[in-house]
Amino acid sequence: MKTKISIPRFHKLALAIWARNFRVWRRLMGPMLMLHIGEPMIYLVGLGLGLGLFIGEMGEMSYLTFLASGFIASSTMMAVSMEGMYSVYTRMVTQQTYAGIMNTPVKIDDIVLGENIWCGTKGVLTSGAILLVAAIFGAVESPMSLIAIPIGFLVGITFAGLAMSISAISPGYEFFNYYFTLVITPMFMLSGVFFPISTLPEWLQSFVVILPLFHAVELIRPFVVGEIPQGWILNISVLLFYAAIGHFIAVNLIRRRLII
Amino acid sequence: MGPNGAGKTTVIKMILGLSPIDSGSLEVLGFEIPKDATTAREKIGVVPQIDNLDPEFTVEENLRIYGSYFNLKKDFLEEQIPKLLKFAELENKKDLRIQKLSGGMLRRLTIARSMVHNPELIILDEPTTGLDPQVRHALWDRLFELKNSGKTLLLTTHYMDEAQRLCDEIVIMDRGEILDRDSPRELIRKHIDGDVVEIRGANGSELEKEIDRLDIRTEKFQDQILCYTNSPLELMKFSSKYSDFSFIQRPANLEDVFLKLTGRELKE
Repeated sequence: MKTKISIPRFHKLALAIWARNFRVWRRLMGPMLMLHIGEPMIYLVGLGLGLGLFIGEMGEMSYLTFLASGFIASSTMMAVSMEGMYSVYTRMVTQQTYAGIMNTPVKIDDIVLGENIWCGTKGVLTSGAILLVAAIFGAVESPMSLIAIPIGFLVGITFAGLAMSISAISPGYEFFNYYFTLVITPMFMLSGVFFPISTLPEWLQSFVVILPLFHAVELIRPFVVGEIPQGWILNISVLLFYAAIGHFIAVNLIRRRLII
Repeated sequence: MGPNGAGKTTVIKMILGLSPIDSGSLEVLGFEIPKDATTAREKIGVVPQIDNLDPEFTVEENLRIYGSYFNLKKDFLEEQIPKLLKFAELENKKDLRIQKLSGGMLRRLTIARSMVHNPELIILDEPTTGLDPQVRHALWDRLFELKNSGKTLLLTTHYMDEAQRLCDEIVIMDRGEILDRDSPRELIRKHIDGDVVEIRGANGSELEKEIDRLDIRTEKFQDQILCYTNSPLELMKFSSKYSDFSFIQRPANLEDVFLKLTGRELKE
């Protein structure tokens, strides 16, 4: 008998998993912030200030603002993808944390949902931190940019389920290189973080518009300069679609891996 | 009890609803498994074979965080934690990260953790494997304490002394089949009546022929003959005549039963 594919349950026990992760995060905050904020900060200084001198304006805003608003989305994607792959894999396989939790009334569905909500929270923390860095460099043009912080939650859960699905089928940490090199990095380069996608050949554009990061950037960037994004309903719908599909696949794959 | 591959851990996983059941039905504490497994797990404590304490946390946090997975009332949990620290004799270590604990302390903490929700049934999967004798004895004391307090303990082991000491009833299984179940004393009485005489070095000798003439059950190995008998003296009297060979007389034990039922070939 194989484990059956079914819709994940939503139960408040998921919050216990969230609380566990939050407690760990509080302890390891320093190195985490270094990775997820320090790195984009260096890019922002190098590319935004350095390259920005030659570029000047892009998409009717300073290149620094253009880049910073893109980084809010891409850094959230990076932070959450690492969480969903490395950290989840560590808890699932290396440390056997889930094996201990599964002996309690908490189900795999709750574990994955808790991880997902945690990834959303990490999205909020990351977007907030990048926004702060951007503000310090004078790249933020409107208080409306604060909306990027709650959007961070949505962007977080968008990439969480996908990353956890990869984790569920991974034989080891090295496997994550495939996802990073084949999915995350191309998405990072092509989704309008560094330049508007209108500069891409048309065939490539029609591919980019189905990528979640593109919609995350489209949703966040206008707020940073005080505008409401034109296609916000579409953007949010696409992100929710990836979040839902990702969660469904992650729950079923992790069930298949752990219930034997 | 069972050799490697007997299905001990699989049975535990089935009881918890974490392994699919191919056929038959399973009821635990009145709950139908796997249908009501989540509810059943509220009343079951588990001590896994491999410690899976949360390495990110201290001793006390491990108990507190684990308690949160049972959705316990805060007051109840706050009452439980000092009791469990005392039970595990870890009161002085409660703020240490678990990396700082010895193997015995980790086991005690794992057992304490399994009791955070005051379960009716505690399942222990090879609780003392890999521990030194002092630590094992200390753990057995703990388990006796639990047993005497009225908890049901279900434990898997391949230590005969552990089973003999702790268990009211033993199930011997191999390859997913129950071979027999009874009290330790009954199992021995039923399968191997009386004493065992172990004779070394006698294979192929005149002594072997003399033994064969007696009406007793024997098992022969490369270098050893095992004789199962109610009147060991009739064998021991050979020991003066054949003083080159080593004779050991002992009462039959659970290990004899185990090996008889599950066979002597290596299980890998």
